[in-house]
Amino acid sequence: MTLQSLNRFFFYKLYSVVVSARTYADFTPQATFDIKKCDLHKLEEGPPLQAVLSREEGLQYYRTMQTMRRMELKADQLYKQKIIRGFCHLYDGQEACAVGIEAGINLSDHLITAYRAHGYTLTRGGTVREIMAELTGRRGGIAKGKGGSMHMYTKHFYGGNGIVGAQVPLGAGVALACKYLGKNELCVCLYGDGAANQGQIFETYNMASLWKLPCIFICENNKYGMGTSVERAAASTDYYKRGDFIPGLRVDGMDVLCVREATKLAAEHCRSGKGPILMELQTYRYHGHSMSDPGVSYRTRDEIQEVRSKSDPISMLKDRMLSNNMASVEELKEIDVEVRKEIEDAAQFATTDPEPPLDDLCNHIFYNDPPMEVRGTNPWTKLKSVS
Amino acid sequence: MASLRCFLRSGKNAVTAVLRREFHGTPPAAVQYIGVTVRDALNQAMDEELERDERVFLLGEEVAQYDGAYKVSRGLWKKYGDKRIIDTPITEMGFAGIAVGAAMAGLRPICEFMTFNFSMQAIDQVINSAAKTYYMSAGLQSVPIVFRGPNGSSAGVAAQHSQCFAAWYGHCPGLKVVSPWSAEDARGLLKSAIRDDNPVVFLENELMYGVPFEMSEEVQSKDFLIPIGKAKIERQGNHITLVSHSRMISLCLDAAAVLAKEGIECEVINMRTIRPLDAEAIETSIMKTNHLVTVEGGWPQFGIGAEILARIMEGPAFNYLDAPAVRVTGVDIPMPYAKNLEDNSIPQIKDIIFSVKKTLNV
Repeated sequence: MTLQSLNRFFFYKLYSVVVSARTYADFTPQATFDIKKCDLHKLEEGPPLQAVLSREEGLQYYRTMQTMRRMELKADQLYKQKIIRGFCHLYDGQEACAVGIEAGINLSDHLITAYRAHGYTLTRGGTVREIMAELTGRRGGIAKGKGGSMHMYTKHFYGGNGIVGAQVPLGAGVALACKYLGKNELCVCLYGDGAANQGQIFETYNMASLWKLPCIFICENNKYGMGTSVERAAASTDYYKRGDFIPGLRVDGMDVLCVREATKLAAEHCRSGKGPILMELQTYRYHGHSMSDPGVSYRTRDEIQEVRSKSDPISMLKDRMLSNNMASVEELKEIDVEVRKEIEDAAQFATTDPEPPLDDLCNHIFYNDPPMEVRGTNPWTKLKSVS
Repeated sequence: MASLRCFLRSGKNAVTAVLRREFHGTPPAAVQYIGVTVRDALNQAMDEELERDERVFLLGEEVAQYDGAYKVSRGLWKKYGDKRIIDTPITEMGFAGIAVGAAMAGLRPICEFMTFNFSMQAIDQVINSAAKTYYMSAGLQSVPIVFRGPNGSSAGVAAQHSQCFAAWYGHCPGLKVVSPWSAEDARGLLKSAIRDDNPVVFLENELMYGVPFEMSEEVQSKDFLIPIGKAKIERQGNHITLVSHSRMISLCLDAAAVLAKEGIECEVINMRTIRPLDAEAIETSIMKTNHLVTVEGGWPQFGIGAEILARIMEGPAFNYLDAPAVRVTGVDIPMPYAKNLEDNSIPQIKDIIFSVKKTLNV
């Protein structure tokens, strides 16, 4: 390198340092955004048509959604490398739902969902590391490798449930406990458009309504129950009305602010003792139903591409923030870099952490019980089980 | 030597029964025995546990204002009110799931199935949501719930209302499955079940509800618990071991009384718990008597007796058997309605006597 080019190098370096040293006082601290009007069912008033977003909130939502996105894409990669096996239902495209919901409730509230649960495990307090290590079946996984993709739990997060629809009565039961114990907590109870036709959900609507349980039922309508489009599965695709006597609202599930405002309204409804409420989030999943479904036999690539380009939740938030000077391109890029690193580290951990010890095989059958013997595969094999 | 008599007549009209007397050596001077029916024992157990722990509550069809379809929860709603005693709509899958969710979130529900036949509607919640969760979560999420209700055959209720579910639930890891016979069993085991931090399936029997048993003062105490997983020897004997559970214990004791007149002394083991099965108690007995007959009301294939026999084959007691172990079971058919057909669909005392004599080759 010549002295001249060295000088030029340092000059530009200095210049770029100066440029990115814009103070945060330059950014808009908060802005108001128009959000889509929600269709209402037996509700007098919907959420406001405008949402206020602060810079901090925006950055936090962006970071969380990006983390979720990258985590799911990494899971896709690991699955194709056969490091993750079995079922793997990915959430990319639906990030605004999980992040928006959490923004409308507290961590002291409760939440339960079905098997597309990695995103919620994150918003409910799980780390990327323990989620990924659970997917790869290692001892550092959030369920010590014994649950897998569909059975992850954290405090006030009841999974991760594999049987379609079964989580809905469970969620109402959690809400019953909330009411019983009088702690002003509520339960968010999620299910998909496929599950929405399950009988036990209607049984649950009935009891939740009768007993005024503080339960927010949320239908994540991503338009396809596995490979069956909503038109082919449901006589009525107005999922927000299916609760009949339960007030409902239909929400743009690709807009994190819309989801947040709707959730706040729903939470207020529950906490004021009015009983359950139902939200339908119109959303979309980029991946197929699971990793074994390419996702293009029942929908066109054009459709997927259209949603990606026009309605991507992360892009939407990013555009809003940039066009309102709430963040800089570099700042968001930096978050992207940090997120990528976090995911890489987590993936590294998830692929190198050892599998659970064989000693753990028979543990966790019963809680708070003395150690017992479990029959192995043959009569001479007696395995030990502790609580 | 204890000498026990219990006569049971099935049927909806007068249930005549002779009070069961049990002597543990010389009874202490001022022991207060009272006659308590199985129904009342269950009622009192629930009452005491509801009082003891605020998190305990009961839900099910007709449990509150109707006082219970079989009056097992009589008086509880009046005492504890709507919050603790909850009438549900006729939606088993829904309310069983709600009960499991409540247990996950810190309460201690007792979920009543009007009969266990209806639990089939909810069996996914019992197995996939309750039984497996502690394991799937690697210890993060426990489910302290009791599922209780009448199980097995009744009288004249026909095929859809007479199935025994002991083997179905007994098959699944993560569940404890309990099957009381006497009032003492009912009381002690229900209390243990409610205090247990795990899902317990509590199989009662409708025909036993009205049967009175003598209950000692010790059994009447508020903290009387029977450990889950331990069988009880109801009658000692040297010649053959009879293993059974629930109402069939009454028949075993009746058969034993008849056989005693012919000089055959049966040892009658009351399993009390289906899962975990107290194989050791059965093995110890076989090592003494060298003969085994199991007796159950349920169907033979893949049933309770099948499991016991398999375990005996695989364990140390096999070498002590002087004859193949056999099972006395319900007939392998759906339950018919007509009385004579129904009577011939479940084990009778003569069937037990016959099997004992065949096994002993007398």
